[in-house]
Amino acid sequence: MGAGVFSLDFATLHQLSHSHNLSAARHRHFANVIRGPAGKGVPGLNCVSCHQSENADSTGVPGGSNWHLAPLSMRWQDTNDRPLSSGAVCRALVDRSRNNGLNASGLLKHHEEEPLVLWAWNPGRRPDGTMRTLPPLTHAEFVAATRTWVDAGTPCPRAR
Amino acid sequence: MATYQLNVNGQSRQVNVDPSTPLLWVLREELKMTGTKYGCGISACGACTVHVDGIATRSCVVPVSLVGDRPIVTIEGIGTDAVGRVVQEAWIERDVVQCGYCQSGQIMSAVALLKATPKPTDMNIEESMGGNLCRCATYVRIREAIKSASEQLK
Repeated sequence: MGAGVFSLDFATLHQLSHSHNLSAARHRHFANVIRGPAGKGVPGLNCVSCHQSENADSTGVPGGSNWHLAPLSMRWQDTNDRPLSSGAVCRALVDRSRNNGLNASGLLKHHEEEPLVLWAWNPGRRPDGTMRTLPPLTHAEFVAATRTWVDAGTPCPRAR
Repeated sequence: MATYQLNVNGQSRQVNVDPSTPLLWVLREELKMTGTKYGCGISACGACTVHVDGIATRSCVVPVSLVGDRPIVTIEGIGTDAVGRVVQEAWIERDVVQCGYCQSGQIMSAVALLKATPKPTDMNIEESMGGNLCRCATYVRIREAIKSASEQLK
């Protein structure tokens, strides 16, 4: 898998698992939810005010361990909600000053084990009872692709 | 159906309900604690806010099966809390309530805010209370009451 395509997959998955904007449609969170200083909401309106330790299929609220947003330094869209390019996302991903200090093996481990990454393959039901859309590849395929990318030296597309 | 032992306002309460039942309906229908209100049912209005393990929680979207042994505090019990009592007194002092339907949720969110941020700025109040809607538009008095309570908590 080429780096460009791979970065696009990263973007899709990260968006599903972490972003303030939600789903493939990238819509904003409803109910005036605020990111807060630590990406966990604000007192009185925390992420965990609704999102519990696992999916709540009877009410359609997704959940998982330590539900929170990825930090703004790892945002994958600009402040006007326009998606960043695959190259820009990739460069943010490998920049240890922006990615919580993760080196290549740390990124691989993140994709292998981080509960909110794993949530993308167990996203539960929407409020209307239908199942949420799964990523376009299995978690094993995702990890294998990450390993290929890491082994290649985490290349990024040249495009801005 | 399943049996759950809930800690509500410091008391152990046993309920036998479907695991998918939202906490709101366990409180209202099983425990007859009707101070917590049903507003939207999708966590968009805040009327159903209670505290679960100290976190302001939208009880309408949390299945009882996910509560576990975490302590629950509702509007019926918040007055026994030092901050809760001050907030309730400030609500009365500022005559915040109009129709009152949303106010138990407003108070629960305000208490959570003041416990974490004893001296909130206007922005803190806007952000923390932004998920609690009031169709009577008592927002100005809510803000005044939160500031009054904050002063009392010096």
